[in-house]
Amino acid sequence: MFSASHRLHSELLSEEANREVYGRCNNPHGHGHNYALEVTVSGQVDANGMVCNLVDLDEFVTAQVLDRFDHLNLNQTPEFSGEVPTTENLCVRIYEILKRGFRQAHLEKVRLEETMMNSFEYAGDGYALK
Amino acid sequence: MKNTVYLTRKAEFSASHYYHNPALSPEENRRLFGKCNNLNGHGHNYTLEVTVAGEIDPTTGFVLDLKKLKEVLNREVLEVFDHRHLNKEVPEFANQIPTTENIAIAIWRRLETKLNGAKMYRVRVYETPDLFVDFYGEP
Repeated sequence: MFSASHRLHSELLSEEANREVYGRCNNPHGHGHNYALEVTVSGQVDANGMVCNLVDLDEFVTAQVLDRFDHLNLNQTPEFSGEVPTTENLCVRIYEILKRGFRQAHLEKVRLEETMMNSFEYAGDGYALK
Repeated sequence: MKNTVYLTRKAEFSASHYYHNPALSPEENRRLFGKCNNLNGHGHNYTLEVTVAGEIDPTTGFVLDLKKLKEVLNREVLEVFDHRHLNKEVPEFANQIPTTENIAIAIWRRLETKLNGAKMYRVRVYETPDLFVDFYGEP
């Protein structure tokens, strides 16, 4: 889990259109969420009875995802310098970080809960959920 | 579909129902449906999860505006199902048993044409925290 703030505001839209599209999420001062992240990996079970060592996965997620976003304003991070930090886009960015760097198992999907009532899943460019 | 992101919105409703198939004898109904055949009904807190699939709009960063999805869920499902007796008050169940399976299908059909172009992926209905049904549309 990580906690971060964001403001949904598109440079491609007028002030009025931004307010219309994003509603309260367009508040200039931003707002925050506790994001719950689920990472699913797959692979053959090895001689140690593991798909991958969960310690490795934990360390990777902590160093590359949580430390990057936790207790920050997402709009100010390099990942969102030119993009609106919707949870859709955040889910895709996290998938890409894992896909690029985590080699010990096959990345199946990333699921990101923005609130208890809504969540987002991404399984890669061109891939559908199984 | 390229870059498909799946968005899930939850909602809750509480409703009563009973299971009874008029084509079967009272004994067969009791045997088949057990306690659910009590004709005075019983109730559940249902949790609904609706998952839609789509590409991210490059302007807004959204697959679908969650506010609009919430409005559609409220209008099409919660206003019809919440605090109702499903057998007696929801038209789909006038001639169909309101099992969780049939509820999931009914909700899918209510929503599938009302999502502003986003594609329905799955309807999940929890009858209790231990029991849920998934419907992925007609094959």
